[in-house]
Amino acid sequence: MSNRVTGKIYGINGPVIYLKGKHDFKMSEMVYVGNEKLVGEVISLDKDRTTIQVYEETSGLKPGERVEGTDSAVSVTLAPGILDNIFDGIERPLERIAEKGGAFISRGVSVDSLDTVRLWDTHITVEEGDLVHGGTVIAEVPETRAIVHKCMVPPDVEGRIVSVVPDGKYTIQDVLVKVELMDGNIRELTMTQKWPIRVPRPVSKRFPASVPLVTGQRILDTMFPIAKGGTAAIPGGFGTGKTMTQHQIAKWSDADIIIYIGCGERGNEMTQVLEEFSELVDPKSGNPLMDRTTLIANTSNMPVAAREASIYTGLTLAEYYRDMGYDVAIMADSTSRWAEALRELSGRLEEMPAEEGFPAYLASRLSAFYERAGMMQTLNGMTGSVSIIGAVSPQGGDFSEPVTQNTKRFVRCFWGLDKSLAYARHFPAIHWMTSYSEYLNDLSGWYSDHVSPKFLDYRNRMMTLLNQENSLMEIVKLIGGDVLPDDQKLILEIARVIRLGFLQQNAFHKDDTCVSLEKQFKMMDVILYLYKTCRKLVAMGMPMSVLKAEGIFEKVIAIKYDVPNDNLQLLDMYKVEIDEFYHRVMEKNA
Amino acid sequence: MAIEYLGLSNINGPLVVLEGVQDAFFDEIVEFVVDGRTRKLGRIVEVDEDKALIQVFEGTENMSLGNTHTKLTGHPMEVKVSADMLGRTFNGIGQPIDGLGPIRSNDKRDVNGLPLNPVRREYPRNYIRTGISAIDGLTTLIRGQKLPIFSGNGLPHDQLAAQIVKQASLGDNSDEEFAIVFGAMGVKHDVAEFFRKTFEESGVSDHVCMFLNLANDPVVERLITPKVALTVAEYLAFECNMHILVILTDMTSFAEAMREVSSSRGEIPSRKGYPGYLYSELATIYERAGIVEGANGSVTQLPILTMPNDDITHPIPDLTGYITEGQIVLERNLHGQSIYPPISILPSLSRLMKDGIGKGYTREDHQALANQLFSSYAKVGEARNLASVIGEDELSKIDKQYLKFGEEFEKRYIGQGPAENRTIQETLDLGWELLRLLPREELDRIDTKLIEQYYPREAD
Repeated sequence: MSNRVTGKIYGINGPVIYLKGKHDFKMSEMVYVGNEKLVGEVISLDKDRTTIQVYEETSGLKPGERVEGTDSAVSVTLAPGILDNIFDGIERPLERIAEKGGAFISRGVSVDSLDTVRLWDTHITVEEGDLVHGGTVIAEVPETRAIVHKCMVPPDVEGRIVSVVPDGKYTIQDVLVKVELMDGNIRELTMTQKWPIRVPRPVSKRFPASVPLVTGQRILDTMFPIAKGGTAAIPGGFGTGKTMTQHQIAKWSDADIIIYIGCGERGNEMTQVLEEFSELVDPKSGNPLMDRTTLIANTSNMPVAAREASIYTGLTLAEYYRDMGYDVAIMADSTSRWAEALRELSGRLEEMPAEEGFPAYLASRLSAFYERAGMMQTLNGMTGSVSIIGAVSPQGGDFSEPVTQNTKRFVRCFWGLDKSLAYARHFPAIHWMTSYSEYLNDLSGWYSDHVSPKFLDYRNRMMTLLNQENSLMEIVKLIGGDVLPDDQKLILEIARVIRLGFLQQNAFHKDDTCVSLEKQFKMMDVILYLYKTCRKLVAMGMPMSVLKAEGIFEKVIAIKYDVPNDNLQLLDMYKVEIDEFYHRVMEKNA
Repeated sequence: MAIEYLGLSNINGPLVVLEGVQDAFFDEIVEFVVDGRTRKLGRIVEVDEDKALIQVFEGTENMSLGNTHTKLTGHPMEVKVSADMLGRTFNGIGQPIDGLGPIRSNDKRDVNGLPLNPVRREYPRNYIRTGISAIDGLTTLIRGQKLPIFSGNGLPHDQLAAQIVKQASLGDNSDEEFAIVFGAMGVKHDVAEFFRKTFEESGVSDHVCMFLNLANDPVVERLITPKVALTVAEYLAFECNMHILVILTDMTSFAEAMREVSSSRGEIPSRKGYPGYLYSELATIYERAGIVEGANGSVTQLPILTMPNDDITHPIPDLTGYITEGQIVLERNLHGQSIYPPISILPSLSRLMKDGIGKGYTREDHQALANQLFSSYAKVGEARNLASVIGEDELSKIDKQYLKFGEEFEKRYIGQGPAENRTIQETLDLGWELLRLLPREELDRIDTKLIEQYYPREAD
């Protein structure tokens, strides 16, 4: 098109290029750079200098090559075909790139974001004469076995439908309905929408958090739950299991859709997710997990500017599915890489650095990112949510660094991973003393209605025991455990049962990898019953050594392996056994 | 067609500025001729219309603003590749220095490489037996993995790397082609010599391709050495179908070189003066390990880095740990007790281990056994702390058992001879033997069934 702005490259510095003179480029406009048409974005405008960040490797670019504007912001394409797919940071399908360019990602590969040839079974849900507005569902397409894709009217369109096509097979570019807008113009609608990645999609209102995102992980669900539409951060040094925790949540949480953003992480890890999720079966629907998953892979050796964009790409895809009324969970692994990408670009732009070289706008970018989460009423009146779970990789495992500290201000759930737990191979290595969840009170109603009124009480009692253990350990570290009185020894022993039998969870064990809330509750019930019984015995003067000799503690620790998930009645037997244990001890030592 | 430019407009450390150039592009390689005699190579790191900022690889000695002719080559840094490179020695930018003449090949590759598409990667699953218990048993090395050795000055990381090379190359898969690419950045002459000798002694030297940038070689050259080495490794692995083990030593010198160049460019520093792109730059090196779908070869990386002041939170080991798939950490304390290899078990980790061991790969009990050893050894630390406060005599019986276990574990499991090559069976059985020093109730990471099978003294 002729009205597009063009310019010439003046200077190149890594992923940043400059144009000299005044141009009519817009802020955040997507541009094509150089003869190879590399994708870039305008990031700063000055009366004699335009700055562009390039999403691809810039070696080989020469001053004087052409820069061409597109007149639109960097956007993603939204239509069926997003799920069960893997994209790079700017929504280019990696599978297509591989078909075109081979095993290595070369530059300037031009591919469509989504398959434009594939025919989708389409069911039209509107009729001629219907009034539609932004968000109205015009068609339903079974995108995968698990998810029905609802094609919606773009948020800026409002009017009356003048024609519709019959149900049938259509591509994402075929016109499905024609809408007469308020001003009398006709707008043709297809399944496809475009949306700029840095702009949140509109909703009609925000609900407070009230429903938990059930993950099947005991330390999360019971101790530090996250709400649907909530935000959580998982900070931890390398090797503490951030990625593993994210994988577990992506596999087992009860979200409808998972967007997994591998931002500046390892290539092999993305391959693993891709392989594993294609084989694993969603316990709820019986379909492969990939049917509800989209992967955004921007590995650490892919261009840094696209790493910065990948977070927003994922977020926009998530908001799109939320608008269909789904509960979407985003795994962002890792937000520190994104922050570092900001730092790197900021350094190239010679901006004034703030703390540790990070730009001063780090905090505002982080808050803007996490605020896009939430349980929302969508424009079409449905309820959907976007939950964000961001991994943080603090430098040197030190939580006082800027990314962790700023993240902490904007998330309500903090799952702090601990090096010493990871060294002892206690996984998930989420430390119960440093972690917190602000959602506990918001969710208490749900837990008492859906699990048991005693749930929170039990949870708090276990937390108290762990806290007591923590202070007792200070003493033990100084004088050894032998000198403690028996009631304190009992607290240590029960806390051990809680740590090993409840908090520790084996991701590779078929029964332990994902545990229902019911089983979690019953396990707490058994552990606390054991505590109550033992306290009675200790109060009567029974020494701890006698209680330990009965092996009941080991038995309770092994519940997680010994009770299969499909036979929870077995759990009731443990109370009987604890009673027998009580009588046995009484008989022997009375 | 190539224009020669006469003179320079600025020289600052390893960087020179050339003005009035046409058609220069970012990352292009230029050739300098100084005084009509010496030839040097350089790389364009920034272009501003007709002004190019160039890094000079061989150092800027003898260059003046007037005596230098500069020629643009029109391509980024490239290296000739050929299977004949095995058995040869090159300098840091890929020029032969062994006096055996140039490499004859028409194949050239851009040393910057390209990111490997995750959908075309094959997830690494085959373990490499190194014959070292602490590695095989607890931090198993997998083919296609990048597993760095975090070490300190004066620790025997070179011996360890050499032992791995020796024993892994003589492994059970002798029918497959195996080769070593060795990249040295800023290492001492003795170290390079040590590796050369080791390769010769173990009879693999005709399967080794060495790139040497020694401590007194130009600093800028170091920035390109690992890239050259990996380019050759990728060629041998994915086009000649060989299994390549890449040893890069010392990554700390590489990062130092980056800091030096960055500061002479006047860039804004981030942590400890390192440039903000340290992570991206390290990643472009480490991520070049793996297996490509459809190729029979693989690139396994074993980078060595010395932690400044033994500090694992220093930016170089820290960022490395976030990119690589685990790490093997060496410890001064163990070394002081003459335990070789002094591998500090607790912070060491192999992320790919879980998928490459167990039934069908090593033995069914491997993962559980490893978890138990880790967890029990962590308790040894607690018992030792306690003993240092209240004295060993005051410890409870179980704590004393842990002390005993810890001592035996360090002496017999971690410690082994520099030429001792243990089978995986030996390593696993030794693990069980040590666990028998502890009462059975203490084994809380192992399935009851496995304990019954392996824990009793008379297993058969």
